Amino acid sequence: MPVDQSLVGREFPPTGPRQVSEDDVRAFVTATGGRYDGGPAPATFPIVLAFDAMNAFLEAESIDLFRIVHGEQKFAYERPVVPGDVLSATLRVAALRQIGGNDIITTASEITDADGALVCTTGATLVHRAAGA
Amino acid sequence: MSAAPELAAQVFTITRADLVAYAEASGDHNPIHQDDDVARSVGLPGVIAHGMYTMALAARAVSTWFPAAEVVSLGAKFTNPVVVPAHGGVQLEVAGEVRQPAADGLTTVVLTVTCGGQKVLGMPKAVLRG
Repeated sequence: MPVDQSLVGREFPPTGPRQVSEDDVRAFVTATGGRYDGGPAPATFPIVLAFDAMNAFLEAESIDLFRIVHGEQKFAYERPVVPGDVLSATLRVAALRQIGGNDIITTASEITDADGALVCTTGATLVHRAAGA
Repeated sequence: MSAAPELAAQVFTITRADLVAYAEASGDHNPIHQDDDVARSVGLPGVIAHGMYTMALAARAVSTWFPAAEVVSLGAKFTNPVVVPAHGGVQLEVAGEVRQPAADGLTTVVLTVTCGGQKVLGMPKAVLRG
């Protein structure tokens, strides 16, 4: 079933604030084959927050995660994420189109800190493979 | 910034165990990164790496080349899946080229990310400061 066109422009509630610990950053760095000696998180770490927001969006719209393939991701940073940050992500559906039975969903998320200051904006294109496609 | 325009390519190996660890660390538990049957059911050739895993390795390469730089922006399209075999691993190569530093002091690194000689990211690029 195609994703509802009326979603375009809709903003979803911010994800529950998540405190970033040194252990979170270490696990992320280690999983990508690096070694963490303290300091800022790697550039792709904010995907953890963006993914929270995407999961909430998919759940709200009853979209199966396993039918989603990532098409594109981009980040624009105001500052790096550091351990101790308390972050939340607010996702907006920016565009939606259908190609060959698949939905191409473009989202834009803002990741903000405990003071409400912008840490990074991130945009994703998600390819939703319809059942039977 | 004093880096040669030619950056030494970096090679990473991706295994299924890496994808399990990454799923835990990132919260991305999409089963297409763990289960061949689910991956095939949505038309993929088998388990594929998280696109963000590949991008994380590309970002690691950039931070190895420019350890002191701050990343201003980073992005890529996921144009071809990185299929990760059940046993052993698959090699990912990250090459980079510095574009002429702009007047604003930012440096653009244009990346080429390949797996078995095939590009897997479209227009991967990082913009750096400092």
